[in-house]
Amino acid sequence: MDSDLIVQILFAAVKTGTPLLFIALGEVICEKSGVLNLGQEGMMLMGAVVGFLAAYGTGSAGLGVLAAMIMGCVMSLIFAVLVLHLGANQVATGLALTIFGTGLSAFIGSGVVGQTIQGFQPIAIPLLSDIPFIGKILFSHDILVYSSFAMTFALMFVVNKTRIGLTLKAVGENPHAANAIGIKVLRVRYLAVMFGGVMAGISGAYMSLVYTPMWVENMTAGRGWIALALVVFASWRVGRIMLGAYLFGLASIMHLVLQGLGWSISPNLLAMLPYVATVAVMVIISADKFKEKLLAPRALGKPFDPRQMA
Amino acid sequence: MKKHNLVSRLELVNITKQYPGCLANDNISITLMPGEIHALLGENGAGKSTLVKTIYGVVAPDKGDIIWDGKEVNIKSPSIARDLGIGMVFQHFSLFETLTVSQNIELCLSKTQLNKIGDLAARITQLSEEYGLNVNPSRYVHSLSIGERQRVEIMRCLVQSVKLLILDEPTSVLTPQEVSGLFGVLRTLSEEGCSILFISHKLHEVTEICHKATILRGGKVVETCVPNEETPASIAKMMVGDLAEQDAGYAKREGTKRAFNVENLSLPAKQPFGTSLKNINFELKSGEILGIAGVAGNGQDELMAIISGEDERNVKNSLSLGSLDIGHLHAGERRKLGMAYVPEERLGRGAVPDMSLTENTLLTHSDGFVKKGLVEWQSIKEYTSALIAKYKVKCHGEFSEAKSLSGGNLQKFIMGREIGQSPQVLICAHPTWGVDVGAALAIHQALLELRDQGAAILLISEDIDELFLLADRMAAVCDGHLSPVVRTEATNIDQIGQWMAGTFINNSSLHTQEAKA
Repeated sequence: MDSDLIVQILFAAVKTGTPLLFIALGEVICEKSGVLNLGQEGMMLMGAVVGFLAAYGTGSAGLGVLAAMIMGCVMSLIFAVLVLHLGANQVATGLALTIFGTGLSAFIGSGVVGQTIQGFQPIAIPLLSDIPFIGKILFSHDILVYSSFAMTFALMFVVNKTRIGLTLKAVGENPHAANAIGIKVLRVRYLAVMFGGVMAGISGAYMSLVYTPMWVENMTAGRGWIALALVVFASWRVGRIMLGAYLFGLASIMHLVLQGLGWSISPNLLAMLPYVATVAVMVIISADKFKEKLLAPRALGKPFDPRQMA
Repeated sequence: MKKHNLVSRLELVNITKQYPGCLANDNISITLMPGEIHALLGENGAGKSTLVKTIYGVVAPDKGDIIWDGKEVNIKSPSIARDLGIGMVFQHFSLFETLTVSQNIELCLSKTQLNKIGDLAARITQLSEEYGLNVNPSRYVHSLSIGERQRVEIMRCLVQSVKLLILDEPTSVLTPQEVSGLFGVLRTLSEEGCSILFISHKLHEVTEICHKATILRGGKVVETCVPNEETPASIAKMMVGDLAEQDAGYAKREGTKRAFNVENLSLPAKQPFGTSLKNINFELKSGEILGIAGVAGNGQDELMAIISGEDERNVKNSLSLGSLDIGHLHAGERRKLGMAYVPEERLGRGAVPDMSLTENTLLTHSDGFVKKGLVEWQSIKEYTSALIAKYKVKCHGEFSEAKSLSGGNLQKFIMGREIGQSPQVLICAHPTWGVDVGAALAIHQALLELRDQGAAILLISEDIDELFLLADRMAAVCDGHLSPVVRTEATNIDQIGQWMAGTFINNSSLHTQEAKA
């Protein structure tokens, strides 16, 4: 394999990994607060279709992203009200949100199927993009990819170094204790869920404005689910999510690469790779009970009702 | 205690709180002056916890006023309470296990407090040395024992400048030395003008340190007294309302034949920060209670885990039940052979929180109530109700979830369940931790009765008074070493206290340890 090909493959892996990165960053924050939102796929599809419609209508990709963020946030608010306020089961509500989002996005996007728009154009960052190898792989993308870099590092800082991060972990681990020391548990969870929604919206917009600048029904093709696996794969650590997103990205373009090289492996087998990797990581994590305790948010999926404190 | 300051720090006026089926607080009025150490006494379920949670803003009262420094306040949340200067050490600790000690403490502080402190870890180390709390700021809480966690909770309040400190049974897991250390802290705080509301079941502590005491029974204030004018016995009478026999010395017994034996048991620690067990030898006889004293985190948890079989490592030839080697058997097999356990953690280890009492009974009684693979629900229910009645477990019935019971009541239930197996050997950790006088008495009596029936009982406790009261023979653990075992009559609190500090570990064995390491 010549080095040009490798650069191209890795460039594509970053591009393919970016929507996964966005949505998984949102989900990890949500899960760290103790809320499991299985509605990722639905929120992402709604973000994709609304982002596309807005960009199509206004001609501005930036406004498209903004609209997608708002849409993602609205979707997550529906979820938040149901599970946080009304105490609905998180798993069932999340699944319902995905089904709802899939159906609604197909409905409102039916008029623009097959239309194309001018999405974001790549911007090579001066100097950085001239670095051999890395410059081409990392610094010749569009603005959303760069903002995903920035978002990752910002979140790493917030989660690991700030009081906001501590509060988030506290709420996800022991909401009753958090309530007792005066943290507003439901408020923290609302914000975390909404952040997850906004990120899912951006992720959807990336699909319909950059990755393939068009709208097709169900175009996210299960990326919301891969993101959920990715969070576990990264054992709830923000830095590892970035690594994992690109690995998953690489795995999902692998069949194209291998075909190009003339190897014939069923693409279906290769599409399994992210999931196989996730199962392997889960096995490794749970082999060590001590580590397991430190990694997963302990109150994940458990509702908290402040009125039940006695 | 400053007498000249006439404005009360805290005044509760007619606080009333109704829970479904239970009037937890009924027109309670209490006044605390600045610098006053005020004891809040009462049996489990008397309404103490509800009352302090009201003060701390966790529970909203149905009726009544709270007056703070002369002004009426509405404490709607714990953060408002903390802003006023109220700090609380909870009975069920409110710590975050996946965070470090220092992060746990940081979460409770406001930004201005943090800025004032500067380097929090250094401040914790400094306070830790000053008050002898032995708290390492960089350790993760999940690696700490219960005693250590409590010290973190106390530290959490010390780091904030508090005007009212609420302590819910703060001494229950501390050694005598640590308790006197804590009392030193409380007295200093009191002299600095900080009021202290002190919940305890240990009456001699109340008479030793508190300026005033309020006694609750059934949600009402039944008595207010000046503890140093009373005796523990007279206060106990006010609490239980009848002439309960308090701490009458029990007859000591001599064990008969060997029932359980631990021989050359050495085991490296499984968890980081755990304690390795170092060549432990002791014999437990039928018809005796062997008490093991020690400061939390000196190998008690590890010893308990390996004896119960919860620690699944094979220690063949080190544990024997009668003449049978059991070191390679798993926990269930050991139970079948007639061993029973009461672990330190009631919720999670001793009982499954989300399961009913009936189901929890079934967990350790499966033999008698499962016929041909089918559960005989009717008989297990009847058995459970009988258990509840016999041990006076306060709950709604055998269908109550384990987590809905108060600590003391759940403990009574677990003790009853284990004793009900008529075990040959009962291993029991901290049986009366957080349990009120009446319930502790019932548990003590049940243990003695079991002993007199010929069972061998290993009692691991941090409550040294309890050990002297119950144990026929005693030993202490320190850093994974076990002291010699002596008859209780032949020793005294000083000797055991010294053993808890490790004076029995002779230099030669330490040297060989070091040589090995």
